[in-house]
Amino acid sequence: MPARPSPALHRFALLTAGATLLLLVAGALVTSNDAGLAVPDWPLSYGRLMPPMVGNIFYEHGHRMVATFVGLLTVILALWLWRREPRRWVRRLGLAALGAVILQGVLGGLTVLFLLPRPVSLAHASLAQIFFCLAVTLAAVTGRSWQEEKPRLLDTDSPSLRQLAEAATLMLFVQLLLGAAYRHSLTSIVPHLVGAAGVTFVVVRVVNHVRALEWRPRELWRPASALAGLVAVQLLLGPAAYLARLAAIESPQPTVLMVALTVAHVAVGGLALAASVVLALYCHRRLAVPAPRLGAAPSPEKMVA
Amino acid sequence: MNKRQLLSGATLLLLLFYAGCGGAEKPAVTETAATEAPAGPPVDPATAATVTGKVVFKNGKPRANRLRMDADAACAALHGQPVFSDEVVINDNGTLRYVFVYVKSGLGNYSFPAPKEPAVLDQHGCLYTPHVIGVQTNQDVKILNSDQTTHNIHPVPSVNREWNTSMPPGAEPLIKSFPREELLIPVKCNVHPWMKSYIGVLKHPFFAVTGADGSFTIKGLPPGDYTIAAWQEKFGTVEQKVTVGAKETKSVDFTISPPAGAGD
Repeated sequence: MPARPSPALHRFALLTAGATLLLLVAGALVTSNDAGLAVPDWPLSYGRLMPPMVGNIFYEHGHRMVATFVGLLTVILALWLWRREPRRWVRRLGLAALGAVILQGVLGGLTVLFLLPRPVSLAHASLAQIFFCLAVTLAAVTGRSWQEEKPRLLDTDSPSLRQLAEAATLMLFVQLLLGAAYRHSLTSIVPHLVGAAGVTFVVVRVVNHVRALEWRPRELWRPASALAGLVAVQLLLGPAAYLARLAAIESPQPTVLMVALTVAHVAVGGLALAASVVLALYCHRRLAVPAPRLGAAPSPEKMVA
Repeated sequence: MNKRQLLSGATLLLLLFYAGCGGAEKPAVTETAATEAPAGPPVDPATAATVTGKVVFKNGKPRANRLRMDADAACAALHGQPVFSDEVVINDNGTLRYVFVYVKSGLGNYSFPAPKEPAVLDQHGCLYTPHVIGVQTNQDVKILNSDQTTHNIHPVPSVNREWNTSMPPGAEPLIKSFPREELLIPVKCNVHPWMKSYIGVLKHPFFAVTGADGSFTIKGLPPGDYTIAAWQEKFGTVEQKVTVGAKETKSVDFTISPPAGAGD
């Protein structure tokens, strides 16, 4: 069945993705302020729905409130998709997002009840990014641009742009996990630094590849430009956040500068992942993989029907 | 309902079950061995000796870190003047406060039943008072909240059980104990991240915390050869050996220096 774009559904999916980014920020505020156990019970907070929002309770309960809001949005989005979306895979993606947000809530509860076991905390951080990717994907594929039928570009390079975009997405995801592992004291900073070098290398290749296209579809150029800009900002924010963390070691409490830089680093990392996801999705949508061929060498890009 | 749905439902229920059973405490460690009092004779009071002394700080005066309490207006309102961290407190006479001094070794096979009186740790002025305390294994620790704001008390031990309990204003005192010897257990309030304290847990009663004059006194020691240790949260532990005879009082002074490059 051909998909009929629903602007309202797309806007709602965008709202869900935006709220999820806000949730990532709220989660980073909890970790950076060492507020993970400021509320010792779950699912209620101090036995009630609304505890006194003092000290670090503000961050921990605020995180729970934003999470509840995102959960509610996801329920509505999944139901909306189930009822109105003609593409079965998109409906299933909506259900997957719903399952992920429920599991994420349970993992968040387990981190509180079991006093921040590091593997569970890392799983919570990982699933947060996966859920964000799902929300971004739903926002992308419900848009009018996605559903327009256009001729595909043939990308004959090896590795192809599609492969590079997928590699960038995977590496960004792993990089965000390495950052979370460092913040949760599971690893040193070294794996995160190595990851930064790898991500930068792949992103530069991705952007160069998009720039080299004779005809640059807006759907590829915009996320690629955003990805390049966001990674550049990350390369500034990362060292700044690390230095601020080192400077805060002697401080009896988290410093405002360390918290601000770390949260910004996490948020921009999430946005970079989102840009990479959108780019990889549109590479699948707008680029064609060349069929195995015999004979003549192909031109770099061709339009295919 | 097909198999896949059943499996998904069972997984979710299992997770919820574990979440519900978790409480605010980590799974218990085996404590049988720790709770058994060591068999041995009591100390003869007629021969008991005393070790006394002070802990001197050498080489400069580290800058005290100011605490920011503005995250909780109730805390900020309690203090008319700037409040500084108790991490390193240099007394006027150049000695160090909040140093935990204890007998590290040499006690042999004496038995030391836990005192009936609890040690008291208060949350007062959005600070832990006192900053460092010592208790015996299985001795009660009475935790108070004298503030008009909510605290949570959260020890982070290595070998004892970790727990995290909220204490709203006017809460009943909380009674806890630690069955295993551990030096020293950090205690924090996750609501107010500047609040930190330490609890030293020993099998014997021979410990003291230096006060406003930097001195300590350890009484009731049986005659013998001992290693006395002095622990400071920022600068670590220093040790000295001492021999005391029956009814003897020996003076042991410690000197603690910041590592090269620290302080000012």
